[in-house]
Amino acid sequence: MPEKIDYDAKIPNNVSLADDRRLQRALEGWQPKFMHWWGEMGPTLETQGVYLRTAISVGREGWAHFDHVNVPDYRWGIFLAERDPDRRISFGEHKGEPVWQQVPGEYRADLQRLIVIQGDTEPASVEQQKLLGLTAPSLYDLRNLFQVNVEEGRHLWAMVYLLHAYFGREGRDEAEGLLLRNSGSPDAPRILGAFNEETADWLAFYMFTYFTDRDGKYQLGTLKESSFDPLSRTCEFMLKEEAHHMFVGTTGVDRVVMRSAELIREHDTRDIGPHGGIPLELIQRYINFHYTVSLDLFGSETSTNAANYYTAGLKGRWQETRRKDDHKLTGDARTLDKPAGDGTWTSEELQAILLLNLDLRGEYTADCETGVKRWNKILTEAGIDFTFRLPHPGFNRDVGINSGHHVTPDGTIVDETTWLAGKNKWLPTTEDLAFVRSLMHPVYERGKIASWVAPPRQGINGKPFDYEYVYLT
Amino acid sequence: MTTTTPVDFGRRPDEYRHWRLSLDGEVAWLELDVDEQGGLVPGYELKLNSYDLGVDIELYDATQRLRFEHPEVRVVVVTSAKDKVFCAGANIRMLAASEHHWKVNFCKFTNETRNGMEDATAHSGQTYVAAVNGTCAGGGYEIALACEKILLIDDNSSTVALPEVPLLGVLPGTGGLTRVVDKRRVRRDLADVFATRSDGVKGKTAVDWRLVDELVPRQGFRETVLQRAREIARESDRTGEGGIELTPLEHRHVDVTVEKDQATITIKGPENDPGDLHEEGAGGWFLAMTRELDDAILRLRTNEVEAGTWILRTQGDPAKVVAHEQAVLSGKDWLANEITHYFKRTLKRLDVTSRSLIALIEPGSCFAGALLEVALAADRQYILDGPPIDNEHSEQRASIRLTDANFGAFPMGNGLTRLQARFYGDDDHLAWLAREKDRDLSAAETVELGLVTDAPDDLDWEDEIRIALEGRASLSPDALTGMEANHRFVGPETIETKIFGRLAAWQNWIFTRPNASGPEGALRRYGTGQKAVFDRKRV
Repeated sequence: MPEKIDYDAKIPNNVSLADDRRLQRALEGWQPKFMHWWGEMGPTLETQGVYLRTAISVGREGWAHFDHVNVPDYRWGIFLAERDPDRRISFGEHKGEPVWQQVPGEYRADLQRLIVIQGDTEPASVEQQKLLGLTAPSLYDLRNLFQVNVEEGRHLWAMVYLLHAYFGREGRDEAEGLLLRNSGSPDAPRILGAFNEETADWLAFYMFTYFTDRDGKYQLGTLKESSFDPLSRTCEFMLKEEAHHMFVGTTGVDRVVMRSAELIREHDTRDIGPHGGIPLELIQRYINFHYTVSLDLFGSETSTNAANYYTAGLKGRWQETRRKDDHKLTGDARTLDKPAGDGTWTSEELQAILLLNLDLRGEYTADCETGVKRWNKILTEAGIDFTFRLPHPGFNRDVGINSGHHVTPDGTIVDETTWLAGKNKWLPTTEDLAFVRSLMHPVYERGKIASWVAPPRQGINGKPFDYEYVYLT
Repeated sequence: MTTTTPVDFGRRPDEYRHWRLSLDGEVAWLELDVDEQGGLVPGYELKLNSYDLGVDIELYDATQRLRFEHPEVRVVVVTSAKDKVFCAGANIRMLAASEHHWKVNFCKFTNETRNGMEDATAHSGQTYVAAVNGTCAGGGYEIALACEKILLIDDNSSTVALPEVPLLGVLPGTGGLTRVVDKRRVRRDLADVFATRSDGVKGKTAVDWRLVDELVPRQGFRETVLQRAREIARESDRTGEGGIELTPLEHRHVDVTVEKDQATITIKGPENDPGDLHEEGAGGWFLAMTRELDDAILRLRTNEVEAGTWILRTQGDPAKVVAHEQAVLSGKDWLANEITHYFKRTLKRLDVTSRSLIALIEPGSCFAGALLEVALAADRQYILDGPPIDNEHSEQRASIRLTDANFGAFPMGNGLTRLQARFYGDDDHLAWLAREKDRDLSAAETVELGLVTDAPDDLDWEDEIRIALEGRASLSPDALTGMEANHRFVGPETIETKIFGRLAAWQNWIFTRPNASGPEGALRRYGTGQKAVFDRKRV
């Protein structure tokens, strides 16, 4: 007799995994492949234990359990937010009907596609961040990197759970496919372009967790509205964890800006590179790059797919239930600003339902602005006359109506020559990347930190900054 | 969508907006790179390498030039120049905005172009290979299906799909369903699953189901494709050099006039004896006449939609026609072969043209051999039994002549000669006709041999023809379309007859049903974000 596996202990869950033989079998097939993937593509740095937060239940108290964990032993867990038995569909043509507990045959392919695309992004960032452990600026940061990584891994599990539990054999094939595609792989790259970019340094990591993970927050927010209740509840729970990733991004950039401000004042020059700091102009170029690459993730401004998903009830708007309209949008109109061939901006009125990606992007942009305000406040308080700005949404775009046009950060449409001439002012140059990389030396002593970033105001879970967050060999 | 300016079917590779044709010895690359803003008619963007008639006219031009201008080419690789997308098929906004006849005519032309690619593979040793390097849906997959081999990029996300049924409430319009089961021999239940799922099939499953032939890794995709192409090229029997240039059309041999609901196509026979095919090139009578006839059919179909009856006439010396025909049919090299197959395909265009075709055989006409096929393609043939109408003292009489050309050189889409189709199952009659080859047959003899519908004399001719044409024009065009298509294709089914008959007829019906094209139909609602409303009654 093989030893009986205690599923609830091994894989914390609230989906009755111990009673679901079909799901057990699927996960038993998938888990070794996942562990193999983690071994190959996960963090390069070996540790003896990381002070990690583990979700062990969804209740207010239970979901954030902190302890030192050997990373490969992290209990990934499958959690869905608590079910509201009275929940009803809040938008689209099924508005008012009870939400679905099973996948409707009619929408099977679309739902599967949405879950696969979301799922594909989760392990991608782990892959993109694979080498960052080797150059962490402090143990605190190293710990955050691992926290982000294991949670991305858990989010992969969450999507895989849905594929396994609701999409049959094909779902299992797709779940395996999530491990077969790899970020930047020449043979089988990740589905979305931004997830094939390199996250080569820690400033890029902070930017990624600020801008790109924030896209994830908004995508999850729209899936949380889904009429397919298991997807909705999964995403609701994922959003709790996603908040920490953005915290890492927000405070990470805060701390870089803070350190740069200190160095500027200390040496009375903006040219702080020679003093081991990151110049403000360079930070602005990183903002420009990461923000625009993340905008591409919202897809085309006009999207038939998004409209179809909305009508079908698969994917809603950000905070759908708080919106004050008919939640069907068949009669509403919105305007879209478009670059014209003659270098001017024109606007076109379109059905609101075709502009859902733009709607979501608007919410996202407003959210991104709050971070920029924080960073500017740091500069103001330090008495430094410099202002960070988000570039115009037409700048540096590969997707949608602006792709193929040359738009400067301030929104001027220019010709190719002008654009190429300005490019080095607006986007990180090879020299910028090489310079930032030159600062990336690991600092693994308790309480110490790299030259280019300020320590955090607070530690994790009430612990001090000099706590031994990571046990290294 | 209907244009106000007539559609022109002439193109030149250096002016292509949507395709890139490049030559690499025995391998040619045809790369689809659709200019989104380059639609034939304003009102839609050709996103995701989707196509409209303009894109397909260029493809047709390229396939023709490859056959005539590049005898050295043995393999044509069809691929996409865009990243991650091969082709999304016919542009849906264009289709949704188009009038019914435009949609159907567009499908017909695209079908003919796909058939032409298969014809090149089968008869010219110029094999088409699809290198599917990204998403491939609907008409995109139908382009691939028209190729002999389909190579699919193995990147764990690219799929092939026929999403018309689930997404648009219509059928794949370019032979997709037929080719999946008939040509690629996909099992019918798997074909059913495949054609009802909007997201398509990828990777190993696509190979297992025979939807594609091979998976090719993303790294070195182009090199592997080229290697496969070279392997296939080695199998080809195509030999040739010194291609001939397809110069701009001169409209010297085919006259077209249109009067309200009637068009007249007059083919003029050759003035000179045949010379060397290669030296004459595109200027030689047979090829020039074929190109002009092809172009005339296409322009009339697209631009003169109310000209429901086409009168087919010829003028010239039958002996010279036969001499030119023999130079082509007895020629053994690639160019003779190409001209033969091109004329065959042009006749097939007539066979599937949804217009009433009436051949008028008059004194001074030259319906001999190959040109007699034009008359045999018609729904009715009238021969004038007497002197020319304008000269009752003339000795000239109308005649026709059967030659070897009528006994196998130019088969119809159903694989039969037009004589076999006319006398279906009557082998004795066909044997009798074979004995009457190579001489002028008088009006009385054509009646006896069953080669004409009627032979009015010079007193009755004008009235008889007028009454026949007026009667025809008074009938329902739709009923005529259906009737003619039924009568023209007797006997066995082939992939071609299924595509043009069965599939196109169903599509024609589905296109007009409210479930597809009503205000709440799937085709009209596509792209609005609203879902189609279906009348659930099965008909």
